Amino acid sequence: MLSFIGRSFVQKIITLFFVSIVSFLIIHLAPGKPSQVDPMNPKFTPEMVERFRKEFHLDKPLYVQYVYFYQDLFTGKTVSWKDNQSVLKKIWERFLNSLPLFIVGTLLTWTLSFPVGIRSAIFRKGIFDRTATFLSYLLISIPGFFFAYVLIIFVVTRFHVPVIGMVTFGIGDASIPYILMDRIWHMLLPSVLVATGGIAVLSRYVRSQMLEVEGQDYIRTARAKGLPPEQVHYKHALRNALLPFVTMFGLILPGLIGGSVIIESIFSWPGMGRMAYEAILARDYPIILTVNFVSAVLVLAGTFISDLLYLIVDPRIRL
Amino acid sequence: MTQDKQPMADDNRLISVQDLKVYFRSGHACARAVDGVSFEVRKKETVCIVGESGCGKTVSALSILGLVTTPPGEIIDGRIVFAGQNLLELSEKEMQKIRGNHIAMVFQEPLTSLNPVFTIGDQISEAVRIHKKIGAESLREKCIRLLKDVGIPAPEQRLEDYPHQLSGGQRQRVMIAMALACDPDLIIADEPTTALDVTVQAQILELFGAIQKKQSMSILYITHDLGVVAAIADRVYVMYAGMIAEQGNTEQIFRNARHPYTQGLLASLPSLSKRGKRLYSIPGSVPNPAYKPAGCPFHPRCPHKAPSCSTEYPKMCDYGQGHLARCPILFQDKGHHT
Amino acid sequence: MTLNETTVTKDFHVEEPLAPKQTRLEEFWLLFGQNRLAIMGLLIFILFFCCAIAGLFLTSGSKPIFDPSLIRLEEKLRPPFSKPNLDLLEPNQVPTLNFYLMGTDDLGRDVFARMLQGAWVSLTVGFVAVGISVLIGIFMGGIAGYFGQHYIKIDHILWTLFLVSGTGLVLLDVTLSGAALLLLCLAYIVYVVLTRHRSRKKAHSSWRAMLHTNAVSVDTLIMRIVDIMLCFPSFFLILTVVAILPASIYNIMIVIGLTSWMGTTRFVRAEFLSLREQDFVAAAKALGIGNFRIIFRHMMPNAVAPVLVSATIGIASAILTEAGLSFLGFGVPPPNATWGNILSGGKNFIFDAPWLTFIPGITILIVVLSFNLFGEGLRDALNPKLRERH
Repeated sequence: MLSFIGRSFVQKIITLFFVSIVSFLIIHLAPGKPSQVDPMNPKFTPEMVERFRKEFHLDKPLYVQYVYFYQDLFTGKTVSWKDNQSVLKKIWERFLNSLPLFIVGTLLTWTLSFPVGIRSAIFRKGIFDRTATFLSYLLISIPGFFFAYVLIIFVVTRFHVPVIGMVTFGIGDASIPYILMDRIWHMLLPSVLVATGGIAVLSRYVRSQMLEVEGQDYIRTARAKGLPPEQVHYKHALRNALLPFVTMFGLILPGLIGGSVIIESIFSWPGMGRMAYEAILARDYPIILTVNFVSAVLVLAGTFISDLLYLIVDPRIRL
Repeated sequence: MTQDKQPMADDNRLISVQDLKVYFRSGHACARAVDGVSFEVRKKETVCIVGESGCGKTVSALSILGLVTTPPGEIIDGRIVFAGQNLLELSEKEMQKIRGNHIAMVFQEPLTSLNPVFTIGDQISEAVRIHKKIGAESLREKCIRLLKDVGIPAPEQRLEDYPHQLSGGQRQRVMIAMALACDPDLIIADEPTTALDVTVQAQILELFGAIQKKQSMSILYITHDLGVVAAIADRVYVMYAGMIAEQGNTEQIFRNARHPYTQGLLASLPSLSKRGKRLYSIPGSVPNPAYKPAGCPFHPRCPHKAPSCSTEYPKMCDYGQGHLARCPILFQDKGHHT
Repeated sequence: MTLNETTVTKDFHVEEPLAPKQTRLEEFWLLFGQNRLAIMGLLIFILFFCCAIAGLFLTSGSKPIFDPSLIRLEEKLRPPFSKPNLDLLEPNQVPTLNFYLMGTDDLGRDVFARMLQGAWVSLTVGFVAVGISVLIGIFMGGIAGYFGQHYIKIDHILWTLFLVSGTGLVLLDVTLSGAALLLLCLAYIVYVVLTRHRSRKKAHSSWRAMLHTNAVSVDTLIMRIVDIMLCFPSFFLILTVVAILPASIYNIMIVIGLTSWMGTTRFVRAEFLSLREQDFVAAAKALGIGNFRIIFRHMMPNAVAPVLVSATIGIASAILTEAGLSFLGFGVPPPNATWGNILSGGKNFIFDAPWLTFIPGITILIVVLSFNLFGEGLRDALNPKLRERH
């Protein structure tokens, strides 16, 4: 087993290396220059452009740039081209903003999907199943921004809940509970949006896994032993049905950096998604590349953890 | 059709299935898997139900324990009398008390019938724990004893193993151990050796024989292999297309078969005496359970077919001493052949 | 009584089997037809298809029947079913059928015409993008699944590297070194081909042995490529590429297609891995049938089911992605209409002109829903059959 882990780790490092090359190439070989070095840009005088180029090694060949960039990345010195702030600091700030949204959304998704999916599977074709199925299809098919606007209209006209931004403008030095409440109100709608899509997809998957497991022979054996239905479903069936989900757990990690560009745009939430979006528009290469790199690290770490968890949880693989 | 009265006393009868009908509906078709089947198992005897794939024998066995999957399948009619109760009328809770406890079942595929994520010890002890209150120490001892009884070497180590670590024969022994866990009155074995090698098959059959002697329980053994029937059965029921074609004790069936289907089965067994001659096989094929022929289901393939066979459903004919066959044609001719 | 030979060999007529014969297609339709939601999905899809084609004809050309780009600033933000203000308009500006079926947007354009035009865009984006991704997916997944155990040797890697870099250098006008690399590569290939037959008996020199060692299996290679692609968060990748490249409908289709083939690859590979072990493949090989024929004629029809399902759901997701891109401003450039465009245009007028948000939103919802239902219906209809086979 250790050899498997070791091999997997090495493979992931190699993949990461290739990802860094590919993303670097995509950015630099694409047409169009970042605004700071665009000779057409009237804001920058030629001397400033020249200085910019020298400072960021843009006059050197590509592979040299590559080395410089990743050197800076690992030592924490990379700097955004737009406003000269440290990239890592910017990312960290935005990450802290996205984090509560992500945590609440993921918690909601995972805690609600399983009961819904399991109940749908056990009472197949019952009222609960059919309603849940219908709602899931609806939620999967609705365009995110449309749903967001519908919710906004509904919530604003009925409940007068603040929707835009992370905090209410001008809240200043109000007391702590008030600030907390305010934060929660603001987080409510975006988290619900993030969660509903996730619940729709995950609960369907849970349901189909449960159904597949329930059709297996060992469930019939369990019933033949005289086990009551609760034990048959929740002990025998569930334990097998949950196997693939334990591995999916590791894959939540990449979601940290995903952030939904659309949801963040609509709610003006200053999160990672919007930062990446703005960086793309401004051709702010350091930010784009760093975000890419961090996302790749998270994806690979996530799959690595998934593989590990799978090893631990499935006795057939362990031995 | 007539219901034959057994000349034996009623208290010798352990379980009696009467006129069972189980249909499977899918779309517009209705598959009549079990179409009016009656059989019984008495105390301390081994009864075999023989038939080809698709004749309804497994479904009959599953219906005893109420394990037929109900959306496509449905028990239309019949009674299953066990210990004075009609099992088909019991609630789910009451059935759970009987399953594993008084009637246990051993299935065909030992690998898929054991839960892959629990150890053998877990699964066996679960079978005991549901029905009996027993402390942890004695539970473990009982599991080890059960494994010893079914002939698994080094049972203490085996308790921590997972199903995929055992061989096919060992897994089937574990299934048998699980079935024996609560000393049931009846064990239903649904083709337990079909998925195993012939040598292992012989061992499992020996095991069944030994268990029956030691614990004086009844066995309902379902198989398609006439060799197995000859080896272990006290009484035999031959099934075809959802009906009982013939029933009797082993001697009667093998030496004096009175239904053309049974005769055909026996004639197609290869043997030394047929060496060099053309092997017989019953012409035609088993009917689709949803589209059975009118009258006798076997008549399209029957060499003794008469005009009435395609219109009237045949009644059971009594040849005496518990030997019955569902073929009036041969019954009429009985006096003319030896 | 035993059966004697005479009665046995009697020739009698065995009646025809009584069950009706069904082809696979009929069986499939029977199963599929029981799922009412899926049938509804199929019907809506057909309706959508017809609307899109009709829309293409009705809104294109220099004198279209429904003009999506005609700006009438006097008529902005008129609600649906309203009649046009005839005295303010010139004759060629009057909408066909004399009323605005779905109202007008903030530039006075007929929303109905724009929706029709957008239908065609959504349709093509969906189908072409999914077509590309499915083709790539089947190709990669098939190779990984079937040839997975074959190894790529070091010399293969070397001469591929030389080939690629040689061509690259030549293209970048560094002709001398580029040409040198290409020649080296060519020479090596020729050498290998010539000595392949001769060296069978001689012991291999250590050079040759080293070059022949297995570097990486085909399966690992393709799966690593899939992993690399998966490391890029897909929406960002699409956004990046679309923001960088000039905006056009073809770029969008190609980019969406190039970033969503990973799922299909995984499915196809999994199916092929299990199919490869089945007896019919061994039987085909024993008959001497060549590899590619086995893949395309024998294995592919069996593997088609999950591909079909993921294709229909992929179309749904491609339409949603395109709408999202248009919403952010990266979609098909104006004045072309797409449903996402209309939605994005309406976001500033939510309370004044809610139809600009609701009409495209609900339409997208219905169309995508129908694809999803159809896909799930397909999956359910194709699945029990697969289960029955085992």
